[in-house]
Amino acid sequence: MDQLVVQNITKRYSNHVALSEVSLTVPHQSIFGLLGPNGAGKTTLIRIINQIIDADEGTILINGEKLSPHHIGVIGYLPEERGLYKKLKVGEQLIYLARLRGLSKSDALVRIKYWIDKFEIKDWWSKKIEDLSKGMAQKIQFISTVLHEPKLIILDEPFSGFDPVNANLIRDEILALRDKGSTIIFSTHRMETVEELCDHIALINKSKKILEGQKKEVKAKFKTNTFIVEHKGDFSLDGENYERIHQRNLEDNYLETLVRIKSDRNANQLIQDLIGSTEIHGFREKVPSMNDIFIQLVNGGSDE
Amino acid sequence: MNKIFLIIQREFLNRVQKKSFLIATILLPLIFPAIIAIMVYVAKEQEKSARMEVIHFVDESGLFNPDEVKRYELKRFDGTIEDAKIAFSNSDDFGLLHIPKITLSNPSGITLYTKINPSPSDINDLESKLALQIKEAKMIKFNIDQKILDSLKTNVSIRSISLSESGQEKSSDTKVLFAIGMIGGILIYIFIFVYGAQIMQGVIEEKTSKVVEVIVSSVRPFQLMLGKILGLASVGLLQFLIWIVLITSVSSLVLGYLGFDMPQQEMVDQMAVANEVPQNSDFMEMMQTVNEIPVFYIVSSFLFYFLGGYLLYGALFAAVGSAVDSPAEAQQFIFPITIPMLVSYFALFTFILDNPHGTISIWLSIIPFTSPIAMMGRIGFGVPPIQLAASMICLIGGFIFTTWVAARIYRIGILMHGSKVSYKVLVKWFMMKG
Repeated sequence: MDQLVVQNITKRYSNHVALSEVSLTVPHQSIFGLLGPNGAGKTTLIRIINQIIDADEGTILINGEKLSPHHIGVIGYLPEERGLYKKLKVGEQLIYLARLRGLSKSDALVRIKYWIDKFEIKDWWSKKIEDLSKGMAQKIQFISTVLHEPKLIILDEPFSGFDPVNANLIRDEILALRDKGSTIIFSTHRMETVEELCDHIALINKSKKILEGQKKEVKAKFKTNTFIVEHKGDFSLDGENYERIHQRNLEDNYLETLVRIKSDRNANQLIQDLIGSTEIHGFREKVPSMNDIFIQLVNGGSDE
Repeated sequence: MNKIFLIIQREFLNRVQKKSFLIATILLPLIFPAIIAIMVYVAKEQEKSARMEVIHFVDESGLFNPDEVKRYELKRFDGTIEDAKIAFSNSDDFGLLHIPKITLSNPSGITLYTKINPSPSDINDLESKLALQIKEAKMIKFNIDQKILDSLKTNVSIRSISLSESGQEKSSDTKVLFAIGMIGGILIYIFIFVYGAQIMQGVIEEKTSKVVEVIVSSVRPFQLMLGKILGLASVGLLQFLIWIVLITSVSSLVLGYLGFDMPQQEMVDQMAVANEVPQNSDFMEMMQTVNEIPVFYIVSSFLFYFLGGYLLYGALFAAVGSAVDSPAEAQQFIFPITIPMLVSYFALFTFILDNPHGTISIWLSIIPFTSPIAMMGRIGFGVPPIQLAASMICLIGGFIFTTWVAARIYRIGILMHGSKVSYKVLVKWFMMKG
């Protein structure tokens, strides 16, 4: 059973369409990257899943069930715009937010104790949020997001505002939560996060979904049959089969050349053609980064 | 429902646990009686220490023999008015009264010379003193016996009694009813403003601290708004309750200090006696009215209009808070909200209390935006049940309406940041689908 299925969601505002027939499938226990430029409609979709706003058309299924108010307890949400009650003490704040998610006070206390032990922040209990640093407040917010052990965790730019140490801490927690059975949706611009953590992705641009799938499949699909050659002494290739895209100088008179195979030849044949004219020091396929794919699709979309 | 209760509880504790709540709740009811007590004390002391001022008089008619008028001692000056003027200008005395040769039928030409301007009440007192003496002189002239004259002196004080339809008699001292209306109206006015502003501030805080997005992913925006409004209402009721207790105990202490240390029951017992010896009848009558005030009726109406008015305006304040990013931006929207409040507040003092059964007074007490304050002004004087019912139904309908309107603006507004908000935008939000 898929954890979340979004079917043909459309959301219109008076002067623009925020989402146009967007469909997504988020498999159980996956880490799903929801990508897209600013204003593409990611936040609108996330708000619809969180029942903050209603879609005009389409349905959302959580574990096969139509989205309804009781699902609030199985979703954890960390919005991009972080915020807690500034004047409220850490302990009271966490209890309050957990109870709003449907936890009883005693359950909330047990789980809060687990997390503050884990993060070693016991002495923050009676501190007000306004007395904490930004990073400390973010930790509290993260705890409040996962306190009710949600099956579906939606994190909007989760690493912004964390120093590298805390970002690692949070990343490890996210992976641990996934291993315990939760499904995680990331909304982010940071492609390095996507490369590292996500196993599925979807790309939304201009209110439409333009790409979805397993990360490795997407990457395979965007391979361009381009190879990176490190060599000493220049070479020439026949223009019918090959295209030299780019060349740059490396240290000690080494050169790096990007070669794309235009015909149905394979990598071995390219190597054979090179061996005669140059001294090869390195050879590897250029796999597109998520960043490349993102920019390619978003820019390509804007030309239409 | 459970979640609304959680929010109410949170809002309640947030406010009540603050030091400022404690200070406002305990100090305010102490400050007012303290000010009154100080003023009364000062006035009493001043009266005690006040030196009798002297007014000399030259009576050329030989008709008058005044000795004392309020705080003035009147001393006869034997001699001509010219001598008197010279003597007066060399003295520290207050004034010189010149009564020329007049007849009883035509007492004109009486003049008061003073160094500083006398107050109108001083002149009044002198005039009535002289008028009384002329009257007595006339009566003697008509050969009326002094005994008859003495027996003519009576103290009259009118007791007003309103007859209800059931034939029940209620004595009413309009001063007391006036005070009830005024205090009730002012309290509601202040409460709505203070608590309305707190609702608005709370909404703005949630919006600017961005915590609202987390909250509305757990509860409906409407639940959050209603929870906040009701939470603050419970704070207001608690504060009101504490004030009643404090004011009652403090004012009985103050009254005790000032010499009115009579328990009410005793006062009523004395009333029977007082009927025969009506020496202090004004005060007694006031106490009579105070005792006959239907306290339960007034207090429960006050609570109804306090809550109704608060809910009606509270929802609007919440909507304004949701639309803006700072209290400064809120001003343009607050102003139109306050207009009906100001209208009813000024109407209370200009005509509602003076003419509680006038047409405009009646209408203002029925229209929901003005009724909380206007009705408080009328309630003590007796409001026909049909008008009261109409007013209450309109108020309930009114706050359901404003809550509905406010909720539609609120749900959109709390998630909007940095946009320039105008009335047009508010209308757009109102029309928007969820």
